[in-house]
Amino acid sequence: MSMEVLQPGLLSLLQDTGRFGQQRIGLTTGGPLDPEAFTLCNRLLGNEAKATLIEVSFGGLVLQSKVNTYICVTGAELPLQINGREAALWQVHKVCEGDEIKLGFAVSGCRAYLGVADGFSIPEQFGSTSTVSREKVGGLEGDKLQAGDLLPCPTHHHRTLRYLPEAWIPKYARDITVRVILGYQQKHFSPLQQRRFFSSQYQVSERCDRMGYRLKGAAIHCSLDGILSEGICFGAIQIPADGQPIVLLNDRQTIGGYPKIGSALSLDVARLAQLTPGATLNFEAITSYAAHNALHLEHYRLQHLPLLEGQA
Amino acid sequence: MELVTAGENALILYLGSSTSPAVSAQVQAAAEALSKALGEDLVDLVPSYASLLVIYNPLRTDHLAVRKAILRATAQLDTGAEDSHKTVVLPVYYHPEVGADLEALAQNAGLSVEDVIKLHSQCEYRVYAIGFAPGFAYLGEVDARIAAPRKATPRQRVPRGAVAIADRQTAVYPAVSPGGWNLIGRCPTPMFNPQAEPTMPVAVGDRVRFEAITRERYLALGGELE
Repeated sequence: MSMEVLQPGLLSLLQDTGRFGQQRIGLTTGGPLDPEAFTLCNRLLGNEAKATLIEVSFGGLVLQSKVNTYICVTGAELPLQINGREAALWQVHKVCEGDEIKLGFAVSGCRAYLGVADGFSIPEQFGSTSTVSREKVGGLEGDKLQAGDLLPCPTHHHRTLRYLPEAWIPKYARDITVRVILGYQQKHFSPLQQRRFFSSQYQVSERCDRMGYRLKGAAIHCSLDGILSEGICFGAIQIPADGQPIVLLNDRQTIGGYPKIGSALSLDVARLAQLTPGATLNFEAITSYAAHNALHLEHYRLQHLPLLEGQA
Repeated sequence: MELVTAGENALILYLGSSTSPAVSAQVQAAAEALSKALGEDLVDLVPSYASLLVIYNPLRTDHLAVRKAILRATAQLDTGAEDSHKTVVLPVYYHPEVGADLEALAQNAGLSVEDVIKLHSQCEYRVYAIGFAPGFAYLGEVDARIAAPRKATPRQRVPRGAVAIADRQTAVYPAVSPGGWNLIGRCPTPMFNPQAEPTMPVAVGDRVRFEAITRERYLALGGELE
């Protein structure tokens, strides 16, 4: 019982919600770059919140089902075909043994999630199936998907066909605002440098991956050259010597010695991770109170968004 | 001691501003105390040289409650458990064949290669932090005479087991990775094996000694030459 990878696309990775509590041995968290699309994919399928899905970056994944089951694709807008017929995103579809599932390339956003009923059956490593290629941990032998890979998944004959109403489907803009909780070495950035950081527009550079997004724009200077290496939290905004900010994502190194002005709000990091080089963003400072409020509201929203039965 | 906001679900506790065994012991003690005090609210702890990053679940608690719990739990740290550390001996084949920077490092230090080997293997190091990559243990402090800055251009590929120096730190690369440290030898002991229990031979707070071995012994212990 499995799906076979006919074409892996540019970067397709098995992911669950991430690997936590292992940073003491240097293991990063991994997990979906866009938890909103990941969570809704599992909700649509009626899966457990942590079920293992495929994160497809940029597109190009082609699978052949060796099983009767249900699939759903969420996230970046890309063409989805089942046996050559167009199929809707954010919608559960039935697939049968022998069916070909083909994802084209993203036209808006760049991270899509392909899920199956009950998720892929992948053994956990250090409490998670999330693939971190750099660490060779998770997924299938710690690697991105390759042609010929067999992804075990169970047979399902009865699942509700659900879809997300059009009005709730996220739009992935090419210019976003990223909210920032000031912290870490913030006090070592002069008021002028901080104003420059928050009033400038930045562009996503070519150097962006699951470890971090390096930006281009007004250089920011810190009065510290370097710091004693310390733990880096999700979304931390590092300012290296050239002054160009780097926002650190799921596969970041666990510790590092560059000064940081603060950390981006996870909800906005998810939007950042949908951006490709050339897209623009600006930063806005918020308090820890505002951040907590936003997280609670988003958690509630994701659990309660209305999902409809049938076909859109 | 200073407690600073790091992110939406993280605070960082600074226990000092420089590297020392005493500060490292405090970081250890704080990590112990906090894993007990925060219980289910705790997501992860990242200890380093002089700081401890505390990551909590913001849907269960909030930064004010965590701040209060951290300050209370670390008000009186017990560093007495310090003696529970273990000492690990790691064999190293020191040779230009596997340590591309050994000769240059010796030359820059005005020492012979033998002196560099002797200085590197005669002292006991402390595991100050683990990070950068799984199983990468930052060991300190290297004798000032053989301290060497990171290379201006990092190598694209440092082999697994490479023993290296950067400033007054030393480490064994647990897996192939890019790296800018100065390579002086190679260690055949696996530093990270997801299939083994324990996964790593060392933990933060442990002591490490290096023991010089011959090429034959290195190969006999499973060392690789590529």
